[in-house]
Amino acid sequence: MDAQQQAQPDTQNVSSERKQTVTALPKGEDRDTVLNYYYQMVLIRHFEEKAGEMYAKARIGGYCHLNLGEEATVVGFCAGLEPSDYVYTNYREHGYAIGRGISADVVMAELFGKETGTSHGRGGSMHLFDVERHFMGGYAIVGGQLPLATGAAFAIAYRNSSEVVACQMGDGTTNTGAFHESLNLSKIYRLPIIYFVVNNQYGMGLRFDKGSAVSELYRKACAYDMRSERVDGNDVLAVRDAVRAAAKIAREKHEPTLIEAVSYRFRGHSVVDPDRYRDKEEVKQGREHDPIPAFAARLKKAGLLDDNGIREIEERVQRDVEAAVNFAEESSEPAIDGLFDFIYAPETSDTSGTPVKTDTPNTSGTVKGAEKKGEE
Amino acid sequence: MAEITYRQALHDALRDELLRDENVFLMGEEIGVFEGSYKITAGLLKEFGPKRVVDTPICENGFVGMATGAAMLGLRPIVEIMTINFIMLAMDEIVNHAAKIYYMFGGQCPIPLVIRTPGGGGQQLSATHSQNLEVWFAHVPGLKVVAPSTPADAKGLLRSSVRDNNPVIFLENLALYNVKGEVDEGDYTVPIGSAKVTKEGKDVTVISYSRMAAVALDVARRLEEENKLSVEVVDLRSLRPLDHETIVNSVKKTNRAIVFEEDWRSFGIGAEIAATLQEEAFDFLDAPIKRVASLEVPLPYSKSLERAALTGAKQLMEAIDELTPRRRR
Repeated sequence: MDAQQQAQPDTQNVSSERKQTVTALPKGEDRDTVLNYYYQMVLIRHFEEKAGEMYAKARIGGYCHLNLGEEATVVGFCAGLEPSDYVYTNYREHGYAIGRGISADVVMAELFGKETGTSHGRGGSMHLFDVERHFMGGYAIVGGQLPLATGAAFAIAYRNSSEVVACQMGDGTTNTGAFHESLNLSKIYRLPIIYFVVNNQYGMGLRFDKGSAVSELYRKACAYDMRSERVDGNDVLAVRDAVRAAAKIAREKHEPTLIEAVSYRFRGHSVVDPDRYRDKEEVKQGREHDPIPAFAARLKKAGLLDDNGIREIEERVQRDVEAAVNFAEESSEPAIDGLFDFIYAPETSDTSGTPVKTDTPNTSGTVKGAEKKGEE
Repeated sequence: MAEITYRQALHDALRDELLRDENVFLMGEEIGVFEGSYKITAGLLKEFGPKRVVDTPICENGFVGMATGAAMLGLRPIVEIMTINFIMLAMDEIVNHAAKIYYMFGGQCPIPLVIRTPGGGGQQLSATHSQNLEVWFAHVPGLKVVAPSTPADAKGLLRSSVRDNNPVIFLENLALYNVKGEVDEGDYTVPIGSAKVTKEGKDVTVISYSRMAAVALDVARRLEEENKLSVEVVDLRSLRPLDHETIVNSVKKTNRAIVFEEDWRSFGIGAEIAATLQEEAFDFLDAPIKRVASLEVPLPYSKSLERAALTGAKQLMEAIDELTPRRRR
């Protein structure tokens, strides 16, 4: 699985035309598993479209960044990991939260700023979190999550435990100091981590190759003698396989990997961005490579899905998303007298002075009195 | 009780905490093989090995963030930033992340992190190596900030900081490292958020912290011997949370207050204390609150210029002289 051996998407111009032929599904794929990938991709698509709609209706405030067009990348990323692995993401993370098994209800409730949301209405769209599912946060400062994720991997190595950290980021992040510092640290300490760059080709309005001296972003890992590869972000199975392979190496050899998934952002940077800086023809072309119908065609070709099946999944997703909106609408606002909750963590038994054995993974990070509420 | 230096007190507290809890580890530039720029960690790499005493490359934002991430999974890192001046490179991870994670994610993930760092001028290290930036951190909800002035408090507060479940900025001072003091040998702690009246008095209260609290105590003792002037000294010890009760009670008794700080005057710790006192002890004040602080210049290199810029005992005595009625008679 070296970079050189991987089937590479067009590395010269990632937005250039790709072949429109339907690629056969690899042999041995489990039917329910791949259908679930498809369901999740469709769910994320509809969830995000609904989030945009709810934002326009002022149900959602602040900034709101959508995963539209990146569904294969998102689902492939999550599918390549184990439930015990840790995920850190940037602020474009609704789909990743759903992909980690957080219910769409709770994600939508957080977008609505409700007490039942993933972060009890304290974080919003950019700050989803679920300690039980090891979803360690969406982060809204570009690059901010990289040192944190590197530290989580440090803790895993410290305890000689077997989890892996997967840290998602956008293409613009690869130009920050935090990116370079983190890659260096992960390599010198041999940490079990995957740095996962979603190259959706724009950092807000700046094309990735205008902002980076190296336009093949995965090659930036070579400065740290780190294995890396570029993968087609529109191919859910390719993304999954790349993440899975990197996770195996991280788990077994404590070697970090950088993966660049080439994707395309269907809309503006955030919901309010009118997207005037991109050429209309380019956007049209980008949308033609929609990962969802492409995957449906592969599933159909493999005989795993027909038009009825597609319709059923559509209907199921519609119901799920409606239910999420209803849950969010009906949930309570956080109580005002809880404004000062969570500024400081209370004491725990961890501070009593009893040495904790390093071979006992104590990774929950939860404290007494601060259990997750409202998800039932 | 034994008389040890502030440096030794810090070293002993670090060693005790490493022995007490396997989740505690040290991280920072030059703390291992080099044994620390100021030798606080001398001998610890040899005793505990590279797993517990981690030398980092020069990347403050990277390793402070890494420590924060390790704390998210339940480890208890103690980070050394060589001097507070370098902490600016890590502000994003401290202010946007360590201070926010517990709140922003709805109380799911505490950050038991200590960042130790010395501030202070007077060593001819000039503008970028002599600053007092504690107010930057004391401003931020989600952080705790402590600034002990004695070896005993340094040891007790460092223990409390390591055992706390929140990010604590532990402020040291270059000029305090060789100061000696009596330190209890037991496993005592000093609570975070608790100021201490280090000398009782009745004419005026001097409120200070870190090295200036030690200078204030010297001045107060000297004035008492020489002039029979009774100066009360309050050592804040913690800047956030701030112990309002102790400073207000002291001023209610003496009716006069001076805030004495090594940092710049504008928007400084003194401004916060003065505002607190006028809010909570206005009727007890017989005179305007005085602020004694360093002059507002980037600290110059030249010894004479540096001396002119920094505050100290002389400036405090002048302020006491102006403020206390007994001296005017």
